[in-house]
Amino acid sequence: MNAIYILWLRELKRYTRSRAQVIASLGQPMLYLLALGFGLGPVFKRAGAGNYLQFIAPGVIGMSVLFSSIFSGLGLLWDRQFGFLKETLVAPVSRLQIMIGRTLGGATVACIQGLLVMILCAIAGFRPAHLFTIPMALGFMVLIALLFAALGMAIGSGLQDMQGFQLIMNFLVMPIFFLSGAMFPLTGLGIILSYVTKADPLTYGIDGMRNAFGSPNIAFHPGLDAAVLVVLGAILLVFGAWRFSKIEI
Amino acid sequence: MIRVQNLKKTFDSFTAVDDVSFEVAPGEIFAFLGPNGAGKTTTIKMLTTLLKPTSGSIELDGLDPQKHENEVRRRFGIVFQDPSLDGDLTAWENMQIHAVLYHVPSKIGKQRSEELLKLFELWDRRDVQVKKFSGGMKRRLEIARGFLHTPRILFLDEPTLGLDPQSRNQLWSHVKRVNETENVTVMLTTHYMDEADRVAHRIGIIDHGKLVAQGTPREIKEQTGTENLEDAFLKLTGNTIRDEDADPAAQMRQFAKMWQQNRR
Repeated sequence: MNAIYILWLRELKRYTRSRAQVIASLGQPMLYLLALGFGLGPVFKRAGAGNYLQFIAPGVIGMSVLFSSIFSGLGLLWDRQFGFLKETLVAPVSRLQIMIGRTLGGATVACIQGLLVMILCAIAGFRPAHLFTIPMALGFMVLIALLFAALGMAIGSGLQDMQGFQLIMNFLVMPIFFLSGAMFPLTGLGIILSYVTKADPLTYGIDGMRNAFGSPNIAFHPGLDAAVLVVLGAILLVFGAWRFSKIEI
Repeated sequence: MIRVQNLKKTFDSFTAVDDVSFEVAPGEIFAFLGPNGAGKTTTIKMLTTLLKPTSGSIELDGLDPQKHENEVRRRFGIVFQDPSLDGDLTAWENMQIHAVLYHVPSKIGKQRSEELLKLFELWDRRDVQVKKFSGGMKRRLEIARGFLHTPRILFLDEPTLGLDPQSRNQLWSHVKRVNETENVTVMLTTHYMDEADRVAHRIGIIDHGKLVAQGTPREIKEQTGTENLEDAFLKLTGNTIRDEDADPAAQMRQFAKMWQQNRR
């Protein structure tokens, strides 16, 4: 238990100490929010779909949680050879504890990041329909963070070089974001795209947050969103732990 | 303290370690020497539970690392070839995490951290983030950390690589001191023959996965009829340069070097 706690705390300390990084990582979501939110806003409105800023804000929050959590796992690539990971892998602690500590740490940091973006969205003009459902939105944020932190662990455990990292970035992380309906509504899509978006776990996270915020552009029942995230998250945690136990250094 | 018998490790068709046997007595400093790719790191990985041997047996303080993984892990400390400190944390925090991971009671952990940081001349910098440390300071901290849980054995895999002679000298004098005061057995690898000659009580030389010589530095020089250990080493292992293909780790090491230079 102590090992899980100290590894979780470590991730948190690292995050709070790298202020420059915190600010830098807020830059991208802000760019999406402001450039797209205000840039595409008029078109969106003319199409009769409402206010684009209100629509895209949950997408941008989801994006920052996705990136932050999945990177915490992909960082294993670097950490395994040049970082602290080796120190933990030869310690008399089970791999499972190490994996859980790291995953929880990565997910916690991702949630803090998401919360910061949520505040920035509010400053930019985003207004949830009901304030009392914000805890529900936070719940979806936690589910997204855990799911992708575990996925990051599963992939990061097997990454061998920088090229592999690029490959994952371009063919997994970016598509997960772009195909999640973070930036476009899921209604009236072509049949192929509609199936692809339904296969993307982030879709349910962002749809869940839209549900919580009372957005009119929702695709599924919040219960379904939560169920998909919980089941898939649990599977990925087990898979991630298994992959982590196979790491050789 | 360490007993290795007919140890063998094969990767696909390549035999990295071939029928190696040696013993290291309690309190001894044993230098494990060999050219690149000779099987040094593979052997250390097998001794430290990170790799399973294909055949042969290993005993560390009377225990088999495969059967009693956690008990064995508590008994040794290791300093890897590549850094394994957390640069964002302070020296003190790095020590405290180690104490928790090795189940050292909090009070003893703090007391020992203080002793070791003082001994390794890092006490004044204990609250500084490790990324601000010089290469020599980082190495000292890693070794101090390796001693924290009072291991019976300390493994050092090329601990002085890239350090200047002053730092190397200082580092070895610290290691020797703990070896004497706490009777810790030390097994090290290095490419600096003068270091091995000065520090080690006994030496084993490995080449192409086979142990080609072992004994005190003097015995090895006598066996080969040479004046110094470097000549003895070359006589035993030949003059051919061992060019290896860069593995992913080596490629990343290169990348890390470039990255660090750019940041300066």
